[in-house]
Amino acid sequence: MLSGVLSFRSTRFACLLVAALSIAACARNPEETASLANASAATPGSQQDFVVNVGDRVWFQVDSAELTQQSIATLEKQAQWLRAYPQYSFTVEGHADERGTREYNIALGARRAQAVRDYLASRGVQAHRMRTISYGKERPVAVCNDISCWSQNRRSVTVLNASS
Amino acid sequence: MSEQNSPPPPLLNRRRLLALGAATAGTLAGLSPRLVGAQTKLTVTEGTIRPVPIALPDFVTGSGVPDPGLGRNITQIIASNLRRSGLFTPIDQKAYVEQITDINRQPRFNDWKSIGADALVTGRLDRQGNGNVAAQFRLWDVVGGGHLHAQQTSTSPDNYRRLAHIISDQIYQRLTGEMGYFDTRIVFIDESGARNQRTKRLAIMDQDGANVRYLTRGDDLVLTPRFSPSTQEITYMSYGQGQPRVFLLNIETGQREVVGNFPGMTFAPRFSHDGQRVILSLQQGGNSNIFVMDLRSRTTTKLTDTAAIDTAPSYSPDGGRICFESDRGGRQQIYVMGGNGGPANRISFGEGSYSTPVWSPRGDYIAFTKQGGGRFAIGIMKPDGSGERILTDGFHNEGPTWAPNGRVLMFFRDPGGNAGPQLFTVDVTGRNEQRIPTPSFGSDPAWSPLLR
Repeated sequence: MLSGVLSFRSTRFACLLVAALSIAACARNPEETASLANASAATPGSQQDFVVNVGDRVWFQVDSAELTQQSIATLEKQAQWLRAYPQYSFTVEGHADERGTREYNIALGARRAQAVRDYLASRGVQAHRMRTISYGKERPVAVCNDISCWSQNRRSVTVLNASS
Repeated sequence: MSEQNSPPPPLLNRRRLLALGAATAGTLAGLSPRLVGAQTKLTVTEGTIRPVPIALPDFVTGSGVPDPGLGRNITQIIASNLRRSGLFTPIDQKAYVEQITDINRQPRFNDWKSIGADALVTGRLDRQGNGNVAAQFRLWDVVGGGHLHAQQTSTSPDNYRRLAHIISDQIYQRLTGEMGYFDTRIVFIDESGARNQRTKRLAIMDQDGANVRYLTRGDDLVLTPRFSPSTQEITYMSYGQGQPRVFLLNIETGQREVVGNFPGMTFAPRFSHDGQRVILSLQQGGNSNIFVMDLRSRTTTKLTDTAAIDTAPSYSPDGGRICFESDRGGRQQIYVMGGNGGPANRISFGEGSYSTPVWSPRGDYIAFTKQGGGRFAIGIMKPDGSGERILTDGFHNEGPTWAPNGRVLMFFRDPGGNAGPQLFTVDVTGRNEQRIPTPSFGSDPAWSPLLR
């Protein structure tokens, strides 16, 4: 993963990666912090297992829907897990940060969700289990006026349906 | 609502026209021919607009009118409309010398001249047999000593704000030569709650922020409402039933329907200027293209076909052209194509990216959001891309909408963080910026046509 860091030229992205690696510190939601601390306690095959031990989200660069090396590593783990637990159907949510206009961000979020969906499909996850939705900039997870928040909001989240 | 117009009397005298010319001709392109002709001797100086000093004594209130304060209320609404336009300065009533009791008698012009008024508005309210309130008003040229305009309008007493807006439009139009825009409404998104779990409701209000009414309850995420230019309908995006889609809503009957039967998310809707078509984006996979649906025949037509994000389409007033944003060349830029699609020409070439283009109802400008250097600006350019002018710039300004006279824009400004967006207007000179009050945070404003 560190070699991945070195290959990114953009300082912006380095910030993003730092934010991603230290998400517990950035999380504004105390529950989120707590769940990350209890990582190993999750039952294998549970939703918590997926969120905590696999990672339910990947992050994107500004105005981009390209999967980074880090994203691909996470999605590889997601695909393995989703193949192992075929009872789950799920939604891939695409999101954008607040630094774009509304309509464009809706389309950009959709593009990001599609990139994740296509990758999971290419790794053997059945298409009928997946749906995508874009929230544009409507559902940020981190709220502040700098890159530390925006980089967390440019994301795609794989959301398992309650009990499939 | 009934109206009786007097035949148009002559415009204000030359001195006044010169001042108004300075207010509008100095910086605006599409000035009315009468004003242009009148101000040929004027040397327009760069710099400040000189607003027209105008006196607005309280309307005389007849004894049958249920609320004796109605005359004052109406006068205050007119004064605040005119002040907000940036083209008029209402004179403090405390300075007035003459007390107006009979609006049919010629006022003592010297009394109004002595307090610096260039124009005077007098009016009277009376109760009609059917219980309605009738407003008569007269507009006087104080400097030239003449009568400019008279009109009578009537409405039910609880609808008195509209009387004030209609009269404001008459004054504005008579003194500037431009159509007014006060008897209009704004549909917008009311936002409440924390930033990461905002509740968004469709809301409608008068252009001055009064009479707010909610059109949805906040259960579903709703975005980008747009007014029909010709009917009491709006089109907007809602996350209601699973797939986000574009809807039509009749604001009088409350009737709601999905626009078209598209195989994916639809968004960024806008009416054609005749109100007969809705143009929007359809998302298919990672790809967004522009479609139009004819509301009568229900047929849909694909207008762009690229692997890019093509969105935010807006028709020219004659329907012959469409402006939209696309990242087909890299970043978002503004393009113009024919009304039936076909080849598109890029028209935005400044530094940064451009989005949310909106064609002026007069056809002379395209307004946009411009992004660059970590800032978001609202600007206008001519449809060929020339004459770009930034009207307001800052951390985050977005989503311009035109007043029906094409001379004022509304947009939202978001300070970011845990605060939220608010609505503002700015005129096409960029000099007169005003905040429009909303009960909570407000975004995605869209201006209605004139109500009449």
